[in-house]
Amino acid sequence: MAFDSSSAPAFTLHGVRRSFGAKRVLDGVDLSVPQGQFLAIVGKSGCGKSTLLRLLAGLDRPDAGRIEIGRSGDGAGQAPGTRIMFQEPRLLPWERVEDNVAVGLTGIATGPEARARARAYLAEVGLSDRAGDWPAVLSGGQRQRVALARALVGQPGILALDEPLGALDALTRIEMQRLLERIWREKGFTAVLVTHDVAEAVVLADRVVVLEEGRIALDLAIDLPRPRRHGSAEAAALEQTILDRLLGRDG
Amino acid sequence: MTVVSTEPEAAVAVPAERPRLRLSPGAGRGLLGWALPAVTLLAWEGLARAGAISANVLPAPSAVLAAGWELALSGELARHIAASSGRALAGFAIGGGAGFAFGLANGLSARSRALTDTSLQMLRNIPHLALIPLVILWFGIGEEAKIFLVALGVFFPIYVNTLLGIQGTDPQLVEMGRIYGMGPRALFVRVILPGALPAIFTGLRYGLGIMWLTLIVAETIAAKSGLGYMAMQAREFMQLDVVVLSILIYAALGKLADSLARGLESATLSWHPAFQRPAATGRRAR
Ligand SMILES: Nc1ncnc2c1ncn2[C@@H]1O[C@H](COP(=O)(O)OP(=O)(O)OP(=O)(O)O)[C@@H](O)[C@H]1O
Ligand SMILES: [Mg+2]
Repeated sequence: MAFDSSSAPAFTLHGVRRSFGAKRVLDGVDLSVPQGQFLAIVGKSGCGKSTLLRLLAGLDRPDAGRIEIGRSGDGAGQAPGTRIMFQEPRLLPWERVEDNVAVGLTGIATGPEARARARAYLAEVGLSDRAGDWPAVLSGGQRQRVALARALVGQPGILALDEPLGALDALTRIEMQRLLERIWREKGFTAVLVTHDVAEAVVLADRVVVLEEGRIALDLAIDLPRPRRHGSAEAAALEQTILDRLLGRDG
Repeated sequence: MTVVSTEPEAAVAVPAERPRLRLSPGAGRGLLGWALPAVTLLAWEGLARAGAISANVLPAPSAVLAAGWELALSGELARHIAASSGRALAGFAIGGGAGFAFGLANGLSARSRALTDTSLQMLRNIPHLALIPLVILWFGIGEEAKIFLVALGVFFPIYVNTLLGIQGTDPQLVEMGRIYGMGPRALFVRVILPGALPAIFTGLRYGLGIMWLTLIVAETIAAKSGLGYMAMQAREFMQLDVVVLSILIYAALGKLADSLARGLESATLSWHPAFQRPAATGRRAR
């Protein structure tokens, strides 16, 4: 079992609201996520998924309500709370792969220690041999793996992912899903994945929530054994439940 | 800025296709570029010796070379080159430094931009060479006049391109830097400045061109030393070879400055796909 649902919350949202102008994007979101859980958020385009993640990562403030980030128990002290990964890798084109990963250690480690830790995480994502390359010569999937190493090298308690695999081709996507799952199980952080792909949500997450009209419309536990495979019968049934909700058919 | 990915395999394959060529492709292309000037020079010499080009119109290259040798021996040539280069560098340092500083300030601070950008853009429309009569009235024909003109000419290309470069910073990268806890200093050094460098180099090379151009005009009109002065003196005494010599030296100095800038550019921008030579794109673990 990768996580224990009775563990302390990694973060809790209490009645979170956020409006842009007259448009109320989040309208009272309540959500409590235990430490180590893999949560997937799905919803129609423009329903506020990115807005929710940005609030969680502290890039934006809610208009009303509270966001509590749980303190990870061990007194690591300097470890960052939340890291966010976007659909674009956002690597610095003028720094080598290894130095890009070390950006994740800003204010945490410098010099040889940062280098060693960056290398360890590059190995984790299977790119040890590209440490000295420029980002421009990597493929899209490889760049996204560098971004993943950068997000994780500081050992955050929560990793927020905003459609990180959205721009990848189908095969690379599946490879990345496996990689993400393996690293998540190894490191035990709390993962919050925003995705358009319901199958991806079901194959990766412990729990899927559907966001609709600014609220959580469906909160579904996915109790399938890991490692999971695309296309199993149980997964298909869960996917159908989620799709029905998304497409507005009551099932 | 968009970074286009290059296919390392495809790029590396180029030299392999031409195994008989002993020179590296870069050196081959470099030599090829010199072929046309060399042929032109030979043809010129031949025509001059055959009397097809009168020495009153254009002296032979050998005559120009001889004149250069004589001036070099007397130390005159070195004195004029030093005078011109000194002015060029001083003007460039002042104008380029100011342009860079204003470009940075206006790129980084909206308040600074609101304060100075409109005025600077208005001044930019005045051709700086049109100020020559005024500058001579202000400074006479001393060093200040020429340094002032060069500085003014160099200021705008560097200012405009630095500003463009900074304004072109990718906001997503800046956000990324903030998320990872970079302070203003680190953001500037690691995110904003490197992103602006390609544009800044464009301004630098453009500014170097303007620097020589301004100097040529200013020295021909009002100077007591320098290559332009040398050419004007020679014109008085009908020394056509010296006139041509000074033109060629101007060209060589311009080329030298541009090559230095290019070298600096490709050393600094080695991350940029446009500057990656095939050999440099392979994996290179440190
Ligand atoms: N900074 C902003 N200013 C104004 N409106 C915004 C801003 N950010 C988001 N919005 C609006 O809020 C709504 C939700 O945006 P958000 O990016 O959270 O959607 P999303 O669920 O992530 O969509 P997608 O799946 O297409 O990425 C949209 O209507 C968007 O136009
Ligand atoms: Mg979004």
